[in-house]
Amino acid sequence: MKGDSYIDRSSRTLTLYAVLFLIVLYLPILFLPLFSFNDSIYIAFPLQGFTTAWYAQMWENPQMWAALGNSVKVGMATAVISTALGVFAAKAITRYRLPGQGPLVGFMMLPLVVPLIILGVAILILMSRLGVPLSLYTVTLGHLLICTPFAIATLIPRFEGLDPSLEEASADLGENIWWTFWRVTFPVVYPGIIASLLLTFTISFDEFIVAFFLAGTEQTLPIYIWNQLRFPRELPKVLALASVILLVSFVVVFLSLWLTNRGNRTLVQPGKDQ
Amino acid sequence: MADIAEPAQAQQAARPARRGRGANGRLFYRHERLRGYGLLMPALLFMAAGILIPFGILVTMSFWTQTGFDIDTSFTLDNYAKAFEQPVYQTLILRSLYMSGAATVATVLLCYPIAYFVAFHVHRGKMLWLILLTLPFWTSYLLRVFAWKTVLGYNGVINSALMSVGLIDQPLEFLLYSQSAVIITLAHAWAPFAILPIYVSLEKIDRSLLEAATDLGDGPWRRFLRVTLPLSAPGIIAATLLIFIPTVGDYITPALLGGPDGVMIGNMIQMQFGRINDWPMGATLAIIMMICVAIVALTVIVGTSRLKARAS
Repeated sequence: MKGDSYIDRSSRTLTLYAVLFLIVLYLPILFLPLFSFNDSIYIAFPLQGFTTAWYAQMWENPQMWAALGNSVKVGMATAVISTALGVFAAKAITRYRLPGQGPLVGFMMLPLVVPLIILGVAILILMSRLGVPLSLYTVTLGHLLICTPFAIATLIPRFEGLDPSLEEASADLGENIWWTFWRVTFPVVYPGIIASLLLTFTISFDEFIVAFFLAGTEQTLPIYIWNQLRFPRELPKVLALASVILLVSFVVVFLSLWLTNRGNRTLVQPGKDQ
Repeated sequence: MADIAEPAQAQQAARPARRGRGANGRLFYRHERLRGYGLLMPALLFMAAGILIPFGILVTMSFWTQTGFDIDTSFTLDNYAKAFEQPVYQTLILRSLYMSGAATVATVLLCYPIAYFVAFHVHRGKMLWLILLTLPFWTSYLLRVFAWKTVLGYNGVINSALMSVGLIDQPLEFLLYSQSAVIITLAHAWAPFAILPIYVSLEKIDRSLLEAATDLGDGPWRRFLRVTLPLSAPGIIAATLLIFIPTVGDYITPALLGGPDGVMIGNMIQMQFGRINDWPMGATLAIIMMICVAIVALTVIVGTSRLKARAS
């Protein structure tokens, strides 16, 4: 690093800009928790004093709990299924060199670059033509289409670090495919699997655009919040709920990003962390 | 997307080695290839069914018409004719392209220095910077948009702060419910999508090229313009597409912050499936939007590759 210091030398302007950038990135989000403790229905300065009443009211709202329960159900189903699909796909992509693999993988990544509203209305039309009533199942279907590409993309780097000779050795020593997976493959790739589970759960838990079109009478949490936003009197409670969600999301995502990162690093320097 | 070509090459390299094993080896290879497809199948079939069938029916429905509460399934181009005749649809599509275009350009310009900073000036804790910069993206989009509403609102953070300091007497009304409010919010919400690809392309640049430019007498600015910027072009293009494509169809931000002037095509599509209840028209508008997005995306890709060809 020292050798190219005249190229990489630190710049005070850039550092200042980066710090400002971080502040602007986080400041608007941090106003939500700030005003959630403010003793006023209006979101405005000056602050009117500290209260936890909004949190208490939010806590006692049965509709909120129902929506939260629905979101957790959809999120867990989405996370488990999309990660399972992702594990097989990532294994196939990294281990075998299949003809036409590039275009096929590119095709599976399509939902990442298609406006979500189009995915939402397309599935909505299909469901209505098939006569399938909208429910949490249709929301899960939509979320699986969004999350599977994310799961595959998260898992591929992890599987790339897996030495195929380990699996071959296991097979040569008489283990069948399933035991080889559990005893050789899984221990190496599990940080990737956990990261994928956490990320896909978070994406599904926060997803609104597709859920809005595909949810029936049972609301998910973002839809519940969206409906509450129409009533100014409900705003402080929404702020309290939003603060809790933000806190949990930050912790979960930080953990999973950290896990992915740590996982990748141990691949580069084997044996350092394990 | 860049590594799509790699598997094909690797496969070329793998083939002769396998062939050397003779008939048994070939059988084993074919068997192994089958196993690979078998593993890929669940995800591939699911995604294929989930993408192709809904899109097929979306396209089909755009040629149908809504008659009262029923849908007339005879083939017609009426919806497309309507979309081109009625000025409201054109206005909305052009405005959506303009607004997400503006948001995309703003995001890329604002984020490039950050990506540059992390790639070249951060030596320890790079990962922490990247996590900090991308963390907000993983939290609810709806909540981040809502946060901007509290900041820009009539009684919001900026107005009430300015008023309590005494700089203004009346709240500034142009802050909320305007195109600029939507553009600011979009730029803020999509920043990680610009930072990551630009960072990756900057990180890939061979540092010896920069040293060479310096040794040959280029100052920092000339070096940046002649070496760093052109080499980071793939990241800039990726960032542009990753932000532009999804934001054109956004309807949350314009609904919460746009006001009448900030309504976008996504809101109109949503209304066709909701209040207006003309699903075939909604499908038509979705298709037209997708075609417009594809045209812009292809123009960006072709345009930049032309520029590249001319430069080299």
